[in-house]
Amino acid sequence: MQDRGLRIEERVETTAPHQTRSPIPDPRSSILLNTTAEDHHIARMAAVALGLTILENAIPSPLPGVKPGLANIVTLIVLARYGWRAAAWVSLLRVVAGSLLFGSFLAPGFFLSLSGAVCSLLVLAVAQYLPSRWFGPVSHSIYAAFAHIAGQMLVVYLWLIPHAGIAYLIPIFAAAALVFGTVNGLIAARFMDNDGKPDTERLP
Amino acid sequence: MNSHEPIRVAILSHLKVGDWLTLLLGGVCVVLLTLKLWSGDLADKAVIRSGGKIFCEVPLSRDQQIEVPGPLGASVIRIQQRKARIVSDPSPRQYCVRQGWLQQAGEIAICLPNQVSVELTGSRKKYDSLNY
Repeated sequence: MQDRGLRIEERVETTAPHQTRSPIPDPRSSILLNTTAEDHHIARMAAVALGLTILENAIPSPLPGVKPGLANIVTLIVLARYGWRAAAWVSLLRVVAGSLLFGSFLAPGFFLSLSGAVCSLLVLAVAQYLPSRWFGPVSHSIYAAFAHIAGQMLVVYLWLIPHAGIAYLIPIFAAAALVFGTVNGLIAARFMDNDGKPDTERLP
Repeated sequence: MNSHEPIRVAILSHLKVGDWLTLLLGGVCVVLLTLKLWSGDLADKAVIRSGGKIFCEVPLSRDQQIEVPGPLGASVIRIQQRKARIVSDPSPRQYCVRQGWLQQAGEIAICLPNQVSVELTGSRKKYDSLNY
């Protein structure tokens, strides 16, 4: 670790005058991670998603568990522009960092978010190969939203409330998934109308 | 980005053929889930027993009043607006009368002294710890 850090330090010092990228930390630090532009980009997008998560938690919900999932707009945009790997990073970073912010890390709520995010990502991994001529972000969003509630209901049933009574709630969650999935997909599609500007400036 | 364009245009221009299909599929899924999970367990029949044997089975769709004979006298059962209750009963403590209206499948009112019971059943038989 020590000599690796020194090597990067040297490299940074020699290339520093030419580097316009600012987010590199103090090169004298002996623990310097070699980050790429892609890493910075993922971190930026995850931060935007995190902001949307916090915004969303401020909105009162009529039923616990029914949330618009605004952060998934970011996941959809990242998926369309930078591929599934980046989208998975953004989504999972958002879940972990969000739980740390709200103090629910490793609590039931965290595992609900995680299972929802993982199921969404698995479905998106397949859905991204739908022909883009006919299928847009709205389709991705709806499939991901349904996968999200499916993953959550599975965790709820297998772990938290092993009672068939929760089946009564499934139609409500499914309807919410359809509505919010469509809305999120439309918003994501709208944002991708004009590429070129940095994404962070255009998100609400 | 022109923010003054009508919202209808903003929505329609972002929906491709496959998106409509997905929406349709999602809508059908929601409707099927609702029908399956919300109407399957509603009670649609009342099973009336007397002395342990089935006295009669009546649908909840028709409002009516039934007199069931028992060892102490007649128990009166009323079906009204897809609900059922024991209206009057000759037994001393009147527990089954005070139980009121039964609405969900699996609910049961039992009159032990007069050996009369009313049980609501849905489209499929549910099991509980008593008859498992």
